[in-house]
Amino acid sequence: MEKILEINQLSKHYGALKAVDNVSFTIEKGHVYGILGPNGSGKSTTLGMVLNVVNPTSGTYTWFEGRANNHDALKKIGAIIERPNFYPSMDAVQNLELVCKIKNISTDRIDEKLALVDLLSRKRSPFKTYSLGMKQRLAIASALLNDPEILILDEPTNGLDPQGIRKIRDIIQHIASLGTTILLASHLLDEVEKVCSHVIVLQKGHMLYCGPVEEMNKNFGSILIDAKDRAALQTFIKTQEYAGSIKELTDGYEVKLLKDVDTSRINQDAFDHGVVLSRLMHKKQSLEDQFIELTKN
Amino acid sequence: MKRLLEIEFHKFKYSRSSKVLTIIYLCIVVAMMFLGVVRVNFIDFEGSLSDLGIFNFPLVWHVSTYFTSFLKIFIAIVIVSLTASEYSNRTIKQNLIDGLSKRELILSKFYFVLVLALLTTMVVFIASLILGLIYSDYNELAIIFSDLQFVGAFFLSHLLFFSFCLFAGILLKRSAFALGFVFVWYIFESILNLAARGLDYYYELDITTLLSHVLPLNAMGNLIKQPFTRISLIDSGLNQLGSGDMQFEYAIEWVDVFSVLLWTSLFIYWSFWIVKRRDL
Repeated sequence: MEKILEINQLSKHYGALKAVDNVSFTIEKGHVYGILGPNGSGKSTTLGMVLNVVNPTSGTYTWFEGRANNHDALKKIGAIIERPNFYPSMDAVQNLELVCKIKNISTDRIDEKLALVDLLSRKRSPFKTYSLGMKQRLAIASALLNDPEILILDEPTNGLDPQGIRKIRDIIQHIASLGTTILLASHLLDEVEKVCSHVIVLQKGHMLYCGPVEEMNKNFGSILIDAKDRAALQTFIKTQEYAGSIKELTDGYEVKLLKDVDTSRINQDAFDHGVVLSRLMHKKQSLEDQFIELTKN
Repeated sequence: MKRLLEIEFHKFKYSRSSKVLTIIYLCIVVAMMFLGVVRVNFIDFEGSLSDLGIFNFPLVWHVSTYFTSFLKIFIAIVIVSLTASEYSNRTIKQNLIDGLSKRELILSKFYFVLVLALLTTMVVFIASLILGLIYSDYNELAIIFSDLQFVGAFFLSHLLFFSFCLFAGILLKRSAFALGFVFVWYIFESILNLAARGLDYYYELDITTLLSHVLPLNAMGNLIKQPFTRISLIDSGLNQLGSGDMQFEYAIEWVDVFSVLLWTSLFIYWSFWIVKRRDL
């Protein structure tokens, strides 16, 4: 698998404060990565370092397996940091023309990208007249100008209203479906859960986890189960090898699973034991639960 | 170099305040020079400034470059505000993320001030040439194109001042602070000059001359010296006062040229150093 970015023992200290402490991970082509962490956990600082705007205290990073020097590599990347930064008196097209000049690419695709983010009708309005949602969309258009090998988004839905959030999320999902590698930093877990296949979890500058979303915690979720005869159900489920802790709810039991198990087999077993199930549902642990679990120790 | 200049001029082109200030500057330069043509009645003197011979070649080069030098503050505001707004709009960060290297960033700004200095020099050169061709008593080619070192000095002094403003903008990130810094620095040099003069007087030293070459704004101002005493009317006036023997030095000194070039490179290098070191 081709490596897009390799980070090795990267650290950034501000005096005694260790904003980022010995973080290492690798971004591979074609995946969608989420960087998770509460505010102040070092997400933006890490991105700032690999984007050449924050000087690392120590450690190294390599773009595209070292095939291009740093700022040439950045020309093949699309990145949005925190909030959209453009020249307020220029309109959308003029701003994007400038980006094209910096990236050394032709200006032919400006209209196409503006159409993608639904800004074509306002392309001649000065940037300062845009709403935050429009500014953020322009930033995405700008990041896509060069058909980047990787798209880096730092809190892309910060401060947007629900419609704006939905719009940005749709755009991200669309881009992801085209096979572009994406690195998305966010503290909004459902956002990451909806689009990411891999996560990197940071807390207070330390990296807690890096890998596929499903493997973040070794667990198999739980089942919600109910039957008319509660007592029989309880005796049945307690004896099953896959059952962990059992919690009684008003509408049945929540049983933590200790291993991967097929729900139709549970149903069959219950029936064989004379228990007729009225409810059976497999519940995957949400990213939020996993994240809280991972960051509490 | 072409790409970097295009980037910087793109920013300049779409900044209305910069364009307005530059146009005001050019208008004032041209207006000031043609002011010399207007006829005035001044007690027993009737005529225009051109009758004083200030548009005679090669004196016109000295006079026009000296008087229009003061206007560079207009362009300085443009440079400071363009540079500082890159910080306040955080576009400098976006430029770097988009793939401009820090070296290219400073180079593009330096090329921009270089071209601005060249353009202002061209405007003053052409305006002086036109005025001279109209009013000069001497029209031999050799005379027209003598003393052109003043035009060169004009260019160097502008280049230094613009680089200084660029550095101030990058250092302080806010246009008001940066302009204030330039102004405070000017006062600071004036105070040093006064102190030096006092010391020289009491201890019979020669610090004033040293400072006039060493400090950046001093050296810049020293490049083109006052031309008043070269103007015939004033010259004859001084003669009547009995001070006709006073010798004034007008020539551009190499030490100032060297000092101005050194300061220019230092300001550009420091700007680069700041951008390189600072986290955005």
